[in-house]
Amino acid sequence: MLRQRPNYLAGLGSLVWLLLVGLPLYVLLIATLRTRSDYSTEGPLSLPREWTGQNYLNDLSNGFGQDFLNTLVVTVSVVAIVLLLVPPLAYAIVRARGRATGWVFRLFLLGLAIPAQAVIVPMFYVISKTGLYDHLIGVILPTAAFCLPVCTLVLTGAMRDIGPELYEAMAIDGATPARVFRQLVLPLSKGGLSSIVVFSALQAWNGFLFPLILTQSDATKVMTLGLYEFQTEHGVDVPGLLSAVVLSVLPIFVVYLFARRALVQGLMGVGGK
Amino acid sequence: MTAKQPGAGVTRPGFGWAAPAAVFFLLFAIVPLLLVAVLSFTSWNGINEPKFNGLDNWTGLLHDPVMIESIGTTLLLTALGVAAQTPVSILLGVWAAGRQRNRAVLSAIYFVPLLLSATAVSVVWRAVLDPNFGVPSQLTWLFGDGNLLGTRSGAIGVLAFVGVWQFTPLHALIYQGGARAIPQVLYQAAAIDGAGRVRQFIHITLPQLRNTVITSTVLMVVGGLTTFDTVLILTQGGPGTDTTVSAYYMYQKAFKGFDFGAGSAIALVLVVVATLISLAVVRFTGYDRMRSTTEGL
Repeated sequence: MLRQRPNYLAGLGSLVWLLLVGLPLYVLLIATLRTRSDYSTEGPLSLPREWTGQNYLNDLSNGFGQDFLNTLVVTVSVVAIVLLLVPPLAYAIVRARGRATGWVFRLFLLGLAIPAQAVIVPMFYVISKTGLYDHLIGVILPTAAFCLPVCTLVLTGAMRDIGPELYEAMAIDGATPARVFRQLVLPLSKGGLSSIVVFSALQAWNGFLFPLILTQSDATKVMTLGLYEFQTEHGVDVPGLLSAVVLSVLPIFVVYLFARRALVQGLMGVGGK
Repeated sequence: MTAKQPGAGVTRPGFGWAAPAAVFFLLFAIVPLLLVAVLSFTSWNGINEPKFNGLDNWTGLLHDPVMIESIGTTLLLTALGVAAQTPVSILLGVWAAGRQRNRAVLSAIYFVPLLLSATAVSVVWRAVLDPNFGVPSQLTWLFGDGNLLGTRSGAIGVLAFVGVWQFTPLHALIYQGGARAIPQVLYQAAAIDGAGRVRQFIHITLPQLRNTVITSTVLMVVGGLTTFDTVLILTQGGPGTDTTVSAYYMYQKAFKGFDFGAGSAIALVLVVVATLISLAVVRFTGYDRMRSTTEGL
């Protein structure tokens, strides 16, 4: 390997970006730990005169607990649907020889470019007709459907890396497709599987448009909607609002700390090759 | 290859393995997409049954100044987003593709905006940019009177900037993947020939990232054309209708004005424009002729 000189220019650029990302995050965290009056008199940049955790406690007693639970239900269900549907699909795309499977793959590639806004009016129609309006299941189903294209892409990429000689070995053993799937494909695509879990969880946790249009009552409110309503109703209570933001990000941040590699690799695979 | 071996076909899954996901996706994504086209020729207030009204929604939109303005604003925001995000995310992604230790730590911090919902991002920036209690009131030398969202150029600038802040990490990650896939021998050969870092970047990195640029640009275009959450929370389409982008106008028409037919027509325009631009990006860059490299994409 040739030795590289340190790249000062790139280092400088990355510090500028660090500042751009860091400053709002600093304002966010600091604001949640001060009182409302302290925030309006001292401004967002100075440190609090008195540190307090009261904002978080207020949020939790203001119904954010219910929102949190709803979001959790949506997220777990979406991940479950994705895990149930995508691995067999990706397996078929990589291994089946039929023309129909090829068309299905093209359909999903096409689906990558469909924005949720494009279908929200008919979705509202369908969900109202089927009586799922204002039920969490009415949010879960479309959210899962819109996770499918990217997840399929990522998992197909991972399954393509399994060598053909391994399939041959199992074929010689006379294994059925189901056994190949269970004993070869699933264990060897663990990386891809964790990518799609993290990715669909992130999508479901942060989803906003489907809940905004397809639910209305407090009993089905998810956290992103809670934030939006907090903002429109008590927009002046900035510390309270921002601590709600922190509460909404905290669980996904913990997942990120543990599953960073899976998320990063899944996303990197979208543009690679 | 393996299909020719006797008995190998037995181990191949049939269409049945793909069917459940395909049916689910058809029901919840493709059918609504077809339905939006049908609904765009109806009048529907959300309560009664939709009634066909021919081209009424479409002629209405053609004569609607807000609709025309919203398309212009949407295209402007999309163009600003692509122009600003592409260079920043290429540089960040290529930088992060290096393997030094400090990069791993820094890039972990860089990608935090990825985790925030668009709602959270908008809420945070609204608080940070508040003219009375936010950062502008502290840094008057930089922001003047600080009411950034009160003027057309200010509001568009803020929306573009927040888009960059929110989505650059995603694209930087995609570029990081692309940059990692470039064979190191190319750089070694160039270094032996005496090419400096800038020349290596221009003559090796950028051409090798061609496919990644296309993927990323298509994602940026579709994302830009459908900007919604940030507009709803940061500007509500204002001041006046200055930041009423098409997706937000669709929401207003359908879910605030209960004119779901017109809303469907706007949604259909969005899909068509997004598809056309994506196809054009793929076409002009010759991506469709590079079949082999699209394998696995």
